Amino acid sequence: MISPTEVVDIVLLILLAVTGVAVIRTRNLFAAVMLAGIYSLVSAGLFVVMDAVDVAFTEAAVGAGISTVLMLGTLALVGYQEHEPRHTPLLPLFVVVLTGGILVYGTTDMPPFGHPENPAHQHVAPHYLEESEHEVGHIPNVVTSVLASYRGYDTMGETAVVFTAMVGVLLLLSRGPLPRRVHHNGRWITVRPGTTREELEARMLAESGDEPEPVDGEGARG
Amino acid sequence: MIALGLFNYWAVIVLMMVGFYTLIARGNLVKKLIGLNIFQTSVILMYVSFGKVEGGTAPILIEAAEHGAEAAEPILYSNPIPHVLMLTAIVVGVATLALGLSLVVRIKEAFGTVEEDEIQSASL
Repeated sequence: MISPTEVVDIVLLILLAVTGVAVIRTRNLFAAVMLAGIYSLVSAGLFVVMDAVDVAFTEAAVGAGISTVLMLGTLALVGYQEHEPRHTPLLPLFVVVLTGGILVYGTTDMPPFGHPENPAHQHVAPHYLEESEHEVGHIPNVVTSVLASYRGYDTMGETAVVFTAMVGVLLLLSRGPLPRRVHHNGRWITVRPGTTREELEARMLAESGDEPEPVDGEGARG
Repeated sequence: MIALGLFNYWAVIVLMMVGFYTLIARGNLVKKLIGLNIFQTSVILMYVSFGKVEGGTAPILIEAAEHGAEAAEPILYSNPIPHVLMLTAIVVGVATLALGLSLVVRIKEAFGTVEEDEIQSASL
């Protein structure tokens, strides 16, 4: 007999699959980013159904909120339209079906979903649930106790990763516009930001005067 | 939930493959990152599925007094460990997304496009 929770679980999983396929099909990146936000929000609902309330609100705030804002900011700089794919989708489809088949084969000896006797619930989880109130202090939320106390080193490693990523983003974006490279007469010309079109054309004329015209073989380059 | 058997795992694998397909079959770099995000969310779903206990509740301890008459039988909680691990994964995921998107912005500046095939033909 299927309980109401299981019905919600199945409906949300089907919604997620539909959203995912819509992301693949749309050529408008703005729509794709919005669909990704919807995907995050629906999965947050699914986390609530599966009792992971902390994961749910983190996913709703970070996955549906911050990620969407970051992607929209990027789209403002790189444009909204995706080009038609040039290759046939057969090879990626084959790889995806093969990988999915292997993964499904891997699940066949897994314990059933939600069984209280599953191996994952046998090791330290009962200890955390029973003892955290005495060992860590009067914190009702066990996830908080595990995150900040029992597995505090994990969280410290996480902050190190976030710090590294932040340093990377700052190094990449803090320099302002970089020089652009323009392909002209079979060679690359570096153009500093702020150069006007007239200056660039004058420079191209001057440089192409010194250089011999490219022969056919060289001209095909690039 | 036990009635579902392995359905949850299979549904999550389908979602994972949707993200994987977007990642390898689409040439646009922003679309690839969206696919990576979908893939990541499905992995998180998989782990949270491992933590679910049939008839359990969220791992937030309930006082015996609030629990009332049913205090005689122990309350069943879902497994908190996958939740903790996935909280970390979400935050790390958004950090890597930010790094990837800033790389995309720089690629757009250097090549004038974020389509993979055009970048390849431009850098030959």
